[in-house]
Amino acid sequence: MSTAVSSSSRPELAPYIRLTFDRAREQHVLLGPESVVLLNRTGADILGLCDGQRTVADIVDELQGRYDRVVDNEVQHFIARLVAKRCVEISHG
Amino acid sequence: MDRPLGLLAELTYGCPLSCPYCSNPLNLADYCDELTTAEWQRVLGEAQELGVLQLHLSGGEPLLRRDLVEIVKTADELGLYTNLITSALGLSRRRAEQLRAAGLDHVQISIQADEPAVSDRIAGTPSFERKVEAARLVKELGWPLTLNVVLHRQNIDRVAELLRLAEEVEADRVELANTQYYGWALRNRDALLPSKAQLERAEMVARAARVRLVGRMDVIYVLPDYYSQYPKPCMGGWGKRQLTVTPNGDALPCPAAHALPLPRANVREDSLARIWTESPLFQRFRGTDWMPEPCRSCFRREIDFGGCRCQAFQLTGDAARTDPVCHLSPDHGIVAETVQAANDGTRPSEEALIRRPHRGRTL
Repeated sequence: MSTAVSSSSRPELAPYIRLTFDRAREQHVLLGPESVVLLNRTGADILGLCDGQRTVADIVDELQGRYDRVVDNEVQHFIARLVAKRCVEISHG
Repeated sequence: MDRPLGLLAELTYGCPLSCPYCSNPLNLADYCDELTTAEWQRVLGEAQELGVLQLHLSGGEPLLRRDLVEIVKTADELGLYTNLITSALGLSRRRAEQLRAAGLDHVQISIQADEPAVSDRIAGTPSFERKVEAARLVKELGWPLTLNVVLHRQNIDRVAELLRLAEEVEADRVELANTQYYGWALRNRDALLPSKAQLERAEMVARAARVRLVGRMDVIYVLPDYYSQYPKPCMGGWGKRQLTVTPNGDALPCPAAHALPLPRANVREDSLARIWTESPLFQRFRGTDWMPEPCRSCFRREIDFGGCRCQAFQLTGDAARTDPVCHLSPDHGIVAETVQAANDGTRPSEEALIRRPHRGRTL
């Protein structure tokens, strides 16, 4: 399993990870074994697009339709951080 | 005020094992009047409304509760992420399949050592083979698996072999957690506290494994606080992120807090939300206003919150003092002396241990 993230990577949630909306805090969260990651709106939007089909570049394109300013690197770094935490997995090609 | 992220539900203190470092209270018999299924179900609903996301089903041995599947089902319907923390004794294929169907998310199995004879001796009952079988069953049914090993003087020299076992059963996570000295472990402290040389070797092995296994298995190594310069940030702060409910319904900010001379809070008498926000117990050490020096003016007061209140109480008789583990604490000599004794070359590696009894439970 590769842990490097590039614009052609196709990220998806790791098998034991659940993306859900927490009504008490009114924000999205990632839940896994002994782990909680609280997400802001952008983070939740990015993860909502991590379906194993879209590449990082596709995700950036989609987000550009929703937000004024999307920095390619920021999306990549966000995904890389979650790959390091084993919340997200990626495949290439 | 922060909302709690996790609830540790101690369903029963009954247990088929009798580990000498058990974190359960010494007065096990006082917890026999266990919450009913309906009471737990209400508590879980209140916890979810309060903001709890992670549910840790523990004990004792939670599989001793015949209603465990029902409790898991309720938690799953509430959207909680459910972790079963178990000795694995009682995890038959049938029970495991029922728990899987009920929506259980993750299983953590304790292993006492990598050698069957040593593991069984520490656990106080033949259990090693069943634990390994159960670990394989957990993976076969598609769960993420954590192996948890409590480290101490009598098994810490075998961290490499423990990691090999974890790899062999394809654990996703392994927790190598040095003993925390509360309850039964405190009574056995002299026989359990490893030497500095033992710790350094274990840490080196764990660190190398973490690099080698990256992306395959998470290796979590929990340092023993007796050897740290600063105390641990107990529970991420008092009444800040976590809470515990004991078998009889007592709500606690830290699983060891039952021993503190503070007013009780019980879910049979009050809602979890009121206990969390208003009870004197949860308010007592919240934030930093309660702190004495040297914590009050310390740059780390928001990092470690003065350490553990229960440890301060156990070692000094005053829960409001700085955790004596901290090298800045005026009571640090208590810890330093114990550490010195553990490094005395004449101390044997295997001293006799006091065991916890199997139950504080009427079956």
